[in-house]
Amino acid sequence: MSKIPLQFRHNGRDVAIFVEGGTNLLVALRELIGDMTPKFGCGQGGCGTCSVLVDGELHLSCLTLAETVAGRSIETLDGMKQGPNLHPLQRAFADHFAAQCGYCTPGMLMAAKALLNRNPSPSRDEVVEAISGNICRCTGYEPIINAILAAAGGRVSA
Amino acid sequence: MTRHRGRGMASINYPIGMNLGGDPSQALVHSNPSGKFTVALSSIDLGQGMKSVTRQICAETLGVPVEDVYVDTADSDTGPHCMGSFASRGTHRVGNAVMAAAREARGVMMEAAAEELEVNAADLETDGRGNIHVKGAPHRSISTKDVAIAAQFRQGKTISGRGIFLVPLSDVDPETGEMSPATCYAHACLVAEVEVDDETGEVAMVRMDSAYELGRALNPRLVEQQLVGGAWMGVSHALYETPEPYYPDPVHGPRDFVEYLMPGPGDICPHDIAVLERPAPDGPFGAKGPGEMCANPVLPAVANAIFNAVGVRIDDLPITPEKVLRAIKAQGGARPQARR
Repeated sequence: MSKIPLQFRHNGRDVAIFVEGGTNLLVALRELIGDMTPKFGCGQGGCGTCSVLVDGELHLSCLTLAETVAGRSIETLDGMKQGPNLHPLQRAFADHFAAQCGYCTPGMLMAAKALLNRNPSPSRDEVVEAISGNICRCTGYEPIINAILAAAGGRVSA
Repeated sequence: MTRHRGRGMASINYPIGMNLGGDPSQALVHSNPSGKFTVALSSIDLGQGMKSVTRQICAETLGVPVEDVYVDTADSDTGPHCMGSFASRGTHRVGNAVMAAAREARGVMMEAAAEELEVNAADLETDGRGNIHVKGAPHRSISTKDVAIAAQFRQGKTISGRGIFLVPLSDVDPETGEMSPATCYAHACLVAEVEVDDETGEVAMVRMDSAYELGRALNPRLVEQQLVGGAWMGVSHALYETPEPYYPDPVHGPRDFVEYLMPGPGDICPHDIAVLERPAPDGPFGAKGPGEMCANPVLPAVANAIFNAVGVRIDDLPITPEKVLRAIKAQGGARPQARR
């Protein structure tokens, strides 16, 4: 199968790669670009840990064909921290013990970022709705919900 | 269609660790010339916080700041032996091994400091901030870093310690059947309130209230996190998860997260937790271990709550809507029990 040239923005940086037809975005990010922050969980959209932002909107990278992001802007957890500083959401996740094994964390953070991008002061129900596509085995979700609400309210340690 | 509320409770007695063929874990502690300490373990931190807790135990025992201790769990081929991270044994077994190793390392550190300060080691104490000084004379002081440098480059000593904690195999008494499979037990009680829909058989969690007695909580935030999260693993086992719903035929078994159900963020309910600390005599700083016990009382409490709500007794997990509905139909309708 011939390869397809593909260009897009990855965390603010232009990247150009060649992908096989049918390659999904998760594989392109992890194996061709080397960004290991989106995780492979189920490969069929059931767990949410592969979540990334495409032009600011939440997408499951395992169900997104790489070719469809040509010319678009992809954000992953790898681009979240601001220089040497953690993003307020990351800080809030740490403060609120919102990660245990950590496997769901990249997807949770991207889902939270997508929410706060469009709704800077969400209600608890809106937070629950925003992360409802993401499965967590360890935390019971409560610490994650509290972390996102704290970040939205600016209640985050320096 | 009616939704029936029900409340159920369960109490558990949870053994810390397993009998196995004897249940040992080892730890090694040594200082680097920088005066920082490394704890070598082959025990695995799955995210439950064992690295944090063993780090605290080591720092406290050595008498140095927690940031001066690094816990290395890198390699079970080269690290000191551990039976594994299971049966809630990490804090208790590994913690005790780390404590023993740190105690031995502290002995060497104090001897090395004594030589530098030209005093008797028994007259020295640590300040917990990285200094060792003569008791009652804080100005006669040396930093742990300088002690480490002196031990390495002048005295030719390794500041190190070995630790093992073994709960020996408990054989069964052939006459009485008596045995002691564990040396300490944690305890919990949980009350679950559920809402059962008698048309769909669905069970929704309404709230949970619990009390856990787990020895001393060495890291209260980690304990809280474990209890909050673990309860939902219990709910998940009670209501959702099963690898083989038609056991022993695996044909219809779930293959992925679409078929293998777990609670989502929209399924959770308030959960009030009280932590009771009764230090265990043989635990590191009195700790037992909150590992698995956080999930266990939830299952019987939920089953009891469902009985209380609609009068059906389901003894086969998970309690799926299908099982609830069949049982309600079999008894000719929901029969709410008295609320206590």
